[in-house]
Amino acid sequence: MDREKMLMIVTGVIIGGLAVLLVAMGNPGNMGYCIACFLRDTAGGLGFHRAAIVQYVRPELIGLVLGAFIAAVSSREFKSRGGSSTFVRFLLGIFMMLGALIFLGCPLRDILRIGGGDLNAVVGLAGLIVGILWGIFFLKRGFNLGAARAEETTQAGGYLFILGVIGLLVLLISGFSFNPAGGGPLFFSTTGPGSQHAPLWIALGAGLLVGVLSQKARLCLTGGFRDFFLIGNKGMLIAYAAILITVVTLNLYLGKFNLGFANQPIAHTNHIFNFLGLFLVGQCGVLLGGCPLRQIILGSEGDMDAAATVMGMLAGAAIAHNFMLAATTKGTTSISQIALITGIVIVSIIGWAYREVDA
Amino acid sequence: MDTLDVKGLSCPIPVIRTKKMLDKGCQELQVTGTGNVARENVSKFASSQGFIVKLVNDSPDEWNIIISK
Repeated sequence: MDREKMLMIVTGVIIGGLAVLLVAMGNPGNMGYCIACFLRDTAGGLGFHRAAIVQYVRPELIGLVLGAFIAAVSSREFKSRGGSSTFVRFLLGIFMMLGALIFLGCPLRDILRIGGGDLNAVVGLAGLIVGILWGIFFLKRGFNLGAARAEETTQAGGYLFILGVIGLLVLLISGFSFNPAGGGPLFFSTTGPGSQHAPLWIALGAGLLVGVLSQKARLCLTGGFRDFFLIGNKGMLIAYAAILITVVTLNLYLGKFNLGFANQPIAHTNHIFNFLGLFLVGQCGVLLGGCPLRQIILGSEGDMDAAATVMGMLAGAAIAHNFMLAATTKGTTSISQIALITGIVIVSIIGWAYREVDA
Repeated sequence: MDTLDVKGLSCPIPVIRTKKMLDKGCQELQVTGTGNVARENVSKFASSQGFIVKLVNDSPDEWNIIISK
């Protein structure tokens, strides 16, 4: 077996194994990893939104960034670069988060949800794949947000994202509060999903390991499908299969596999909006050149446009919760449905507007 | 020899641009780009299409590969 296939399998098995472990150690059901949920919790932990049940600076995210950073520096792949339609990427980050918070998970959690027997996530996967195909429609017509430029005289810009994340870690470990009388930040949920978490050091370690592996494997939960449809490359689909098989096996062993649509952890059963939620994530993931996880990894390699996308996702989480757009386990509201469809239309207009006719 | 500049472009645009050139019947193509991921993806794609891929420059700032039949 070649090295690349082996790396994909090892990455998939370790991510799947750690995802089940993190749930066993305290994370919400089928949420060993969820980049969208964790960014939403982190936005809450910083006080950017007021949904009291989803406030916690997730150490897994901090670990992901630091792990990917260490891997990139050690393989000399850290390079400060940016300037490719940064504000458009920020906006696409907002919409990618909106889609994820209407489905209730990023593409990585979608696989973990399927691995727990949640059939709503199969509907979501179908939406993700169709959304990716819709994104490819624009790519094939020359969609391009423009070239990023490497910073020639300094690497400072790339380090800013890393420093910000280290700052978060210091706040989290020290327990420092800016406003002791009013509480926070950081804010910590006392009930709900934000209060359910694995111990800090285990979550941080699990993040670090997955950060290293994801950087090495170039793991992207939209890129695998995109490359399969675009050029017939099946390489990354192996990692998806490895995650799924590992999670199904471990959940069956632990008695946590619960096949069906109803009563799934942090999920709802509105099929249309489960489909459309991940459709929007797939569409944004293709236009941005990567899923939420990949944006975190790229940001950790010095890609300032990806870092801006992550900031867009953080802002998107705040908007989604402050404006009551995020779905709950009860389902979606009419305002969230309108917002999602508006999002698909706006992202499609961006896809059309940024095509290079002569490309 | 045809040339193609994919410096700084997001995934998978370097591969799409390369594919377009090869689909047009280009027999020898020099591609210039940045970043290991783009280099790996373009090289892998060209190899999978039966082309010979030769890395002629791999400096920290940019790489050049020559794709030929």
